[in-house]
Amino acid sequence: MAKLRVGVVSPEREIWSGEADMVIAKTVDGEIGIMPQHAPVLGVLVEGGVLRVKREGEGDLVAAVHGGFISVADNEVSVLAEVAELGSEVDVAAARDALDRAQASIEADHEDADAAIEAKRARARLKAAGEEV
Amino acid sequence: MGAQLRLLRRRINSVKSTAKITRAQELIASSRIVRAQQRMQAALPYEREITRAVTGVVSNAASVDHPLTVAKENPTKAGVLIVTSDSGFCGGFNANVLREAEALRGLLETRGLTAVPYVTGRKGVTWHTFRNREMGGSWVGFSRKPSYADAKEIANVLIDSFKDDNGIDEIHIVSTEFVSMLTQNVVVKRVLPLEVEETEATDSTAIPPYFEFEPTAGDVLESLLPRYVESRIFTALLQSAAAEEAARRRAMKAATDNANELMRVLTQQMNQARQAEITQEISEIVGGANALADAAAGKE
Repeated sequence: MAKLRVGVVSPEREIWSGEADMVIAKTVDGEIGIMPQHAPVLGVLVEGGVLRVKREGEGDLVAAVHGGFISVADNEVSVLAEVAELGSEVDVAAARDALDRAQASIEADHEDADAAIEAKRARARLKAAGEEV
Repeated sequence: MGAQLRLLRRRINSVKSTAKITRAQELIASSRIVRAQQRMQAALPYEREITRAVTGVVSNAASVDHPLTVAKENPTKAGVLIVTSDSGFCGGFNANVLREAEALRGLLETRGLTAVPYVTGRKGVTWHTFRNREMGGSWVGFSRKPSYADAKEIANVLIDSFKDDNGIDEIHIVSTEFVSMLTQNVVVKRVLPLEVEETEATDSTAIPPYFEFEPTAGDVLESLLPRYVESRIFTALLQSAAAEEAARRRAMKAATDNANELMRVLTQQMNQARQAEITQEISEIVGGANALADAAAGKE
C-alpha cells in the first residue's frame, strides 16, 4: 500500500518528517483521518489539538498542535502549525502547572479568553504526552 | 626620547588595540552568521508549505473575494516595512536599506500614494526620528535574533491597518536578502495585495490539485492569509539578521586590514625617527669629543 509522506513544520523549525500509514488531526469541523490516496484537502486546525500519526511497526507519533493548517495532496501531508510540540518533548510538570494557572484565572474571570486558550494548549500538551487530563 | 618618537609609539598602541577589537568583532560576526543561517534554513519548510497552500487556495477558488486579496480601487496610502539593524559597525548595511526605501517612497509618490514607514531596528528608527518622519509603527531590540512572535506582532499591526478603511492599501517590505557570505542584496517586495501570476502550466504536475476545504475556502483563506503575511515578515527578518552579521563581518575585516596597514606605516615612521635620533646623538657625541680634543690641542 502506498504510504503518506508527512511533514510537521512550525515557523521556526521542522518538527518531524517521515512516512506514515494514517494521520489524524482535529480541524474546526471535527476530527479528520487521512489515509493514502486521500483527496486533496486544506483544513484549518483547532487551537490546542492533538495530532496523531500512525506508523507501521512503530508506536504512534503524537504531537500537540496549536492552530495552523493541514494540507493533503498527492499522498503528501503537511501540517503547518504556529506552535507544535512532540509528545515526547512535552515537559509534563510545566504543562500541568500552566493548566492549573490558566484554570485559576478562568475561575476568577470567566471572560478571560487568553486563559481559556492557555488552558486548551496545556490540555493538548498533556494529552500528547499521554497524560490523563 | 624625542617627542615625535613618543607620539608615534602612542599611536601605534592605540591602533593596535583598535585592531584587536575589530578582529574580535569580525570573529564574533562570523560565528553568528552560521547560527543565523541555520535559523533561516529551519524556517524554510514552513514558508514553502504556506506559500504552496496560499497558491492552492487562490488558484482553486478564484471566486473567493477576501479583503486581503483584493486591490482597493483608489489606493492612497502604502505601508512600507523597513528592516534595519539595532547596532552599527556593519558598513553600509542600514544606509543601503534606507536608500532603497527612499527610492520606493519616490516611486509610490509618482503613483499618487503616500508612503507610511513601519520600521524595525534601532538604526532605522533613529534615522526617521532625526528627520521628523512620522512612522506607522516601530520595533527595536530583536534585529539579531528575531522570533516568530516578533514577526507576528508586526504583521498584526500591518494587517489591522490594511483592513481599516482609512489605513494603508498596500504593504511593501524593504529588507536585505542574504545570498551568500559575500553577497547581500536589498530587495523590495510587495506582500499585499497578492499578485496573482497567470502562468501557463507546462506539464501536468504543475497544475495544483483541486482542494477540498475544511470548513470553506473563504474560512481557510481568512486564517491562512495573516499566517502568510507573518511568514513573509519572519523570513525577511531572518534574512536581514544573517545579512547584518555578514555585513558586519566584512566591515570589521576591512577595519582590521586597515588598522594593520596603518600599523605597518607607523612602525616604519617610528623606526626612521628612532634611527634619526640615534644618528643625531652619535654626531653630537662625535662633535662634542672633537671639540674637546680641539680645545685640548689648542692649550698645549
